[in-house]
Parts: sequence; C-alpha cells; structure tokens
Amino acid sequence: MIKKILIIGLLAGVGLIFFNLLQVYHVPTELNNKLGAYYAENAATQVGAANIISAIVVTYRGFDTLGEVTILFLAASIISFVLKVRKEDIVSDRFTSPNSEILIYSSQIIVPVIFLVGIYIFINGHLTPGGGFQGGAVIASGVLLMMLANPSMKVSHNLVAFVESISGIAFVVLGVLGLVLAGGFLDNRFLPLGEFGTMLSAGALPLIYIFIGLKVGAELSNIIGTISYNQNEKNS
Amino acid sequence: MGYIIIITGFLLVLIGLWGILSQKNLIKIILGFTIFDTGINVVMVSIGYVKGKTAPILDIISAKDALKSVVDPVPQALVLTSIVIGLGVSALMLVYAIKLHHDKKSLDINNFKDLKW
Repeated sequence: MIKKILIIGLLAGVGLIFFNLLQVYHVPTELNNKLGAYYAENAATQVGAANIISAIVVTYRGFDTLGEVTILFLAASIISFVLKVRKEDIVSDRFTSPNSEILIYSSQIIVPVIFLVGIYIFINGHLTPGGGFQGGAVIASGVLLMMLANPSMKVSHNLVAFVESISGIAFVVLGVLGLVLAGGFLDNRFLPLGEFGTMLSAGALPLIYIFIGLKVGAELSNIIGTISYNQNEKNS
Repeated sequence: MGYIIIITGFLLVLIGLWGILSQKNLIKIILGFTIFDTGINVVMVSIGYVKGKTAPILDIISAKDALKSVVDPVPQALVLTSIVIGLGVSALMLVYAIKLHHDKKSLDINNFKDLKW
C-alpha cells in the first residue's frame, strides 16, 4: 500500500515538473536556433544533400555517428557474449511444431522484396526520409521473417562478421580520405558534389550511408540470430 | 499542433515511468523503459517544431530559401541517434531477461532478491 502511494506521489511530482515546463513552452513562428538555421541554410550548398538530417548525421556530426555505430556494435558483441552457448549444451533435435505453409511460401516471395526496400532506403538516404540505420533495420526484419519461417536456420557468423568488419573499416577509411583530400574527418567533398537532388550527389555521403546500412543490418541480424540460437540450449 | 505533440510526449514519459515502478514482470518493465524512451523522443522532436513549417528535406525549389520552409533539424538528428541507442539498450535488457529466466525459471521481479539489502 505504502509503495503505491509513493509511486503515485513520484508520478505527481514528475507531472508537476512537466506542467511547469509546459508553461514556458510556446510554438515558435520562425527558426531562431542559430545552429539549426546555419544547417538549414548551408546544407544544400556545402554538403549537397537534399535531406538536411542526413547532412547533419553523416557529415557535420559524422564523428558522433561513428560513436553510435560503435555503441551498436558493442551491444551486439555483449549480447553474443552473455548468450554464449557451449557446443555440448546444444540440443540438435529440439521439437518445433511445423510452420504453416502460408508463412513458409509467402516468406520466400516477401523476403527479397523486404531486402530490396531496405537497400532502396539506404541508397536514397541523402534524398528522401530514411538512411543507413532505417535501411539496416528493414534488412534485419527480413532476416527475422526468414527465421520465423524456418526456425532451424542459422545466421552465418562468418558472413555477418565479414560484412560488419568490411563496412566498419570502409566507414573509417572514407572518413580518413575526407581528412586527407578535403576539409576534415568525414568531409564528403573529396568526391564531386554533383547536381543537387539527383542520385549521384552529395559527394561521399551516399557511400558512407550504404556502409552504415550494411553494418547496422549485419549487427541487428547477428543479435536476432544469437537470441534464436540460444533457444536450442538444453534446459538443465 | 506543437502543444498536442509535447503533451503526448510527457504523458508517454509518465506512463513509462508508471510501468517501470509498478509492474512485476521483467518484460513489462522493459516495455515501460521503451515507452519512456519514445516519450522523450517525441518531446525532443516537438521542441524543434516551428509553426507552419515542413520536414527538413529540400527539393530544388525550396533549397534556395531553406530557412523559410523547414523546422529545426538539430533535434531530429539528435533523436535519430537516440532511437538507435534506445534500440541497443532495450536489446541488451531483453537479453538479460532471457538469461535471468534461464537461471531461475521466472520473470517475476520479486524472485530476484540476491542484491537486495
């Protein structure tokens, strides 16, 4: 009982803080954040990307994105470490009830389409809403559908590790190329900016986003695969 | 419009906090964390809202006068980062829940008293 009263009291206190925050909030009628105004004004000419968010995430604040990808990689490796299963604890013939044929056969049609959509999203990351992280998540959802249709499927560790390390190295190499050939780390202007709003524009930004997409897709598929493989562990 | 979004965000934060504090099931506590996360993201996006402006994605016409047509892009870029970190954190929490369930065959938080004093 006293616990409930404490919870309600805490929620009321936080609600009061939010209410006071709401009092000073008002909807502005023009962009008066200096940094945001700078990005909005110069993203098209300096970076050449139609999507200002992509310009900020990959170029202006590209170093933060490198850290973000690293955090995702760390999460994936800690998950594989925590859920490590010894070979002798694996039950090879775990009973699973057979899947419905509708799921199995429709997944064979839908999975390639999902992969295609994911690749489309990260290739067009500099033009349309979307980008590497979103495209990678879509690709991982395709892998998840494959595992639902065929529970005994194993995500190949070698393939995942290969894709992940190659794209991670390529991300850093592109950043260093920007440092050597253009203004600074992850500067995208060492490739021609091209015509604004077309596929081959914004210099190296689409390339970097493709590698981010592959890396995120591989990492998320690895997480899904580890959790699924862990279910084969013997119940001691 | 801005008010509706920011109030929704605050309500989501409160719902998530309630879920974290009052639920007994580990999975429900983790869901509370993700709702909390989403609420904070919604609040951050709503802070960058500018009345009558559109998403910060330009075309050839609006690129000449970008300042007059877009909302603040900085909170949106931050939220993109925050969503990805939130995904990693919730994946980790779920994996710990799996591991705890494997050890004690239970998801009830009351059965885990090893570190309670």
